[in-house]
Amino acid sequence: MPHPETWLRVTPDGLLCEPGGFFIDPVRPVERAVITHGHADHARPGHQAVLATPETLAIMRARMGEGAGASQQPMRYGEVLRQGEVTIRLVPAGHVLGSAQVVLDWRGSRAVVSGDYKRQADPTCAPFEVVGCDVFVTEATFALPVFRHPDPAHEVAKLLKSLALFPERTHVVGCYALGKCQRVIALLRAAGWDRPIHLHGAQQPLCRLYEELGVPLGELRPATVANKAELRGAIVLAPPSAIADRWARRLAEPVTALASGWMRVRQRARTRGVELPMVISDHADWDDLNRTIDEVGAPEVWVTHGRDDALVHALAGRGIRGRALHLVGLGEDEDEAAVPADEAPAA
Amino acid sequence: MSVSAFAELLERLIFTPGRNAKLALLRDWFATQPDPDRGVGLAALTEELVFTAAKPAMIRDLAAARTDPVLFALSHDYVGDLAETVALIWPERAGVNAPPPTLSEVVEALEVTPKAELPALIAGWLDTLDSGGRLALIKLITGGLRVGVSGRLARVALAEWSGKPVEEIEEIWHGVAPPYLPIFRWLEGGAEKPDPRDAPVFRPLMLAHPLEDRDLAALDPAAWRAEWKWDGIRVQLTAGPGGRRIWSRGGEDISGGFPEILEAMDFHAVLDGELLVIRDGLVAPFADLQQRLNRKLVGPKMLRDYPVGVRLYDLLFEGGEDLRALPFDERRRRLEDWVARFEPARMDLSPLIAFASVAQLGEVRDGARAASIEGLMLKRANSPYLAGRQKGLWWKWKRDPLSIDAVLMYAQRGHGKRSSFYSDYTFGLWRPDGAGGEELVPVGKAYSGYTDEELGWLDRWIRNHTVSRFGPVREVEKALVLEVIFDAAQLSGRHKSGVALRFPRIARIRTDKPASEADRLENLMAYVEAPAEA
Repeated sequence: MPHPETWLRVTPDGLLCEPGGFFIDPVRPVERAVITHGHADHARPGHQAVLATPETLAIMRARMGEGAGASQQPMRYGEVLRQGEVTIRLVPAGHVLGSAQVVLDWRGSRAVVSGDYKRQADPTCAPFEVVGCDVFVTEATFALPVFRHPDPAHEVAKLLKSLALFPERTHVVGCYALGKCQRVIALLRAAGWDRPIHLHGAQQPLCRLYEELGVPLGELRPATVANKAELRGAIVLAPPSAIADRWARRLAEPVTALASGWMRVRQRARTRGVELPMVISDHADWDDLNRTIDEVGAPEVWVTHGRDDALVHALAGRGIRGRALHLVGLGEDEDEAAVPADEAPAA
Repeated sequence: MSVSAFAELLERLIFTPGRNAKLALLRDWFATQPDPDRGVGLAALTEELVFTAAKPAMIRDLAAARTDPVLFALSHDYVGDLAETVALIWPERAGVNAPPPTLSEVVEALEVTPKAELPALIAGWLDTLDSGGRLALIKLITGGLRVGVSGRLARVALAEWSGKPVEEIEEIWHGVAPPYLPIFRWLEGGAEKPDPRDAPVFRPLMLAHPLEDRDLAALDPAAWRAEWKWDGIRVQLTAGPGGRRIWSRGGEDISGGFPEILEAMDFHAVLDGELLVIRDGLVAPFADLQQRLNRKLVGPKMLRDYPVGVRLYDLLFEGGEDLRALPFDERRRRLEDWVARFEPARMDLSPLIAFASVAQLGEVRDGARAASIEGLMLKRANSPYLAGRQKGLWWKWKRDPLSIDAVLMYAQRGHGKRSSFYSDYTFGLWRPDGAGGEELVPVGKAYSGYTDEELGWLDRWIRNHTVSRFGPVREVEKALVLEVIFDAAQLSGRHKSGVALRFPRIARIRTDKPASEADRLENLMAYVEAPAEA
C-alpha cells in the first residue's frame, strides 16, 4: 500500500493529488481544483475546472461571479467520482453550508482532507462525518488547550440578557458573512428571538443564498435603511471590521459584540474594543480536534495551518505521527483583511 | 448566588467602557442577588475586600499537576496572563456534580482553612466552575480583580437603585463592614439608617462650581473669602478614638499611601485640605505628587524624596462636634484656633487672600504663575459646609490657560461612543535634531476640548493623512497645527521632551498655519514655573 506521502504533496500552489492531477483548495489559479468550502482562503477565483458541493459552488458564484471557475462540477455528499486512478468522495465537514471533507483513495491507501471543520451542532449545515483513513489532514486553528468552545446557546443567552438590561441600545454583533452570520441568526431563532434581525449590506447576499438553499432565517432587514429609532433594542449583524468603525455611527448607543472563537481570550476582546465577547466558533476546539483524530483512527495526521506545534506534540504523546504542512494562505479570512496584521485570522 | 453569577458581572464590567452602563450592571446586581453575596461581591469589586490567601504560584502548581508541561507553556505564552491561562486550560472532570460555591462560602472557607489544605480546597472549587467562574475565583483569591469600579461609582449605583441620596450613603459607608447587611436593609426600607458612631467615616465633600463672568460681576467682595487653589489632591483627614483615615476626594481610603500624615494625625477632628509634596518649604509640581499616588505601600526612599504635607482649609468636626452647619467664617476661626493649639506636624493653614475689589482679585489671580497654584477658590463667608456641588456658595476661578501651537503626530481611537473616532491626539513641538535640522518631539496627549464637528473633521483628516499604523495608533503627516491649551507646564524626567503638561486640551484647529510655523520646544520651556513658596 503506497504511503499518502508518495501521492499527496505540498506544492507552492497548494496540496496536490498527483495521480489525480488536481489540487485541493489551491492558493493560485490551477487547471483542476477540489474546493472544500466557500471561505475566501480556501475558495479562490480563477481556476479552470472546479469540483465542489452544489452549495459551495453556489456560494462561490455569489461571491466571485465568473471567477468561480470556467467549468464547475457539483458533487453531492456521498457521491463517488473517479479522477484518473483516484477515487474522490465528499462528506460533510460541519463548518459552513456546503463544507466538505475530501476523501481520496488510491491503490488501497486513503487520505481525508478535512478542510475546516467543527463538531458542535449547527442547524445551518450538515454535521461532520467521521471517515476512517490512513492520513487525516486537519486544520489546527484552535489547537491549544485553552480553546474550549462553550455551548453557543449560552453565548446567545448572554446577548439576550444584555438586551433585557439595555433595551434602548442597538446590539451589534460582528460575525463573518459566510457561515457565522447565518449560524448566529439560527441560534437566535432557536433561543426564541422572533423579531426582525438587521443586517449590514455585506451580510445580505449570503443570507439570501442560504434561504434559497433551504436554510430558513426568519425576517431579515437591511440595517442601512433603518432609522435610528428602529435600531433601538435591535440586533444588527455586521462584518467584524465594521462594528467599531464609521459604519457603526448610525446605530443607537451600540453595545458591540463579536462572535468568534478568539473571544475566549480576554486580550483579544479588549484589543478589538468588544463589549460583549461571544465565544462562537465554526472551527473545532482543542477537545474536538483531538477527539476527531482519535475517531478517524489515522496513524498519521497532517496539520495544514494553525497551532501545529501544540497539536503535533499532543499527538506524539498518543503514538500518532504528526506532520506540519505549513500551508500558506490558509486561515486568512477576508473579514480580517481590514484589521492590523498583528491580529489573528478569522474563526 | 454562586461564583458564576459574580463571574458574569465581572466579565461585563471589565469590557464595558461606559459609566452609565457600568451603573446599570451594578444596579442589576443589587436588585437580583441575595445577601450576603451581593455585599461580598460589591466589596470585592471595590477592593474593600482583598484576599491574599492564594499566591499565583500555588494556582500555577495546581494547573501544572493536571496538564502537560509543554502544552501549558505554549498556552501561557499565547494567553499572557497566568490566571487566565489556568482558568482556560483547567481540565473539566466528567462526573463532577457538586454545585459551585457561593461567594460567601469562598470567603468563609478561606478564613478557616489551614494553609496546607488550601490547594485541595481551591482545586475542588475549580472543578465545579466553568472557565469564566474559574477566572473570577482565581482573580478573587489572589487579590487581582482590578475591574475599575471605584467605591464612589458603587455608591452612586446604590443611590440610583435605592432612591436614597448618595451623600447619605457615603456618610455611613465606611462605618459598616462588608457584606454591608445593615446598609442593604436600610436601602430596602427594612431598617433605620445605620449609625457609624465612632468609626472613622468619610463625610461627603463640598465642591465648587467654575466661576463664570456673570457670576464674577455679581460678586460682593465683603461677602466672600479667597484662597489659592492648590494643584495637589483633595483629602479629608479623619481622626478620633475610632481610628484614623485619609480619604480621597471620592471617599477612597488612601491612608496606606501616606504613613507620615497618618502618624501626624494625633487628634480628634475631621479636616479638609490639599495633599501636596512640600520640599524645603516649597510646593513641588504635581508630577512629583504623582509618584506618591496609587501606592498601597511606600518605602523609605519615597518618603525621603517626595515628602508630603497637608494644607488645611476647613474644619468639619472638632472632637465630636459637627461644625458643618456653621458659616464659613466661623469654621475658619475655629480652624485657625485649632491649628494654633495643636500645631500638627506636616500640616499648615491655607492662607486667606485679602482683597478689596473684584478687579484686585483678578490681578492676584493673573499674577499667580507658580506651578502649584491652579487659580483661586472663592467661598461665601456665610456658607455652611454642604455635600456636593452647591451653586453660589463656592467658586473655583482657575487662572487663564497657557497655549501653544503644536503639530499633530499620532492619533488613536477612543472608547465607547468614540470608538469609531480618532479622538486621542499626540502632539509635538520642534527642536534641533542635532544634525543641523529640526525634528518634532512629542510633548503631550489630548482627548478633549474640541466640538463634535471638530472631532468629525479631525477624524476624516487623520484617515486621509495616515502615513503608518501601529495597532490602534495612526501616525499622520506632520502637517496639521493644533492650538493646545493647558494649565501648567512642569519639568518631567519621565517624558522624552523633559516637560509635562497639566490638563492639555484642544482649543482650535489651526488650518491657517503651516506646520513649520508651529511652536518650538523652547517656547514651551519658557512656561515652566519655579516651585511656589510655601
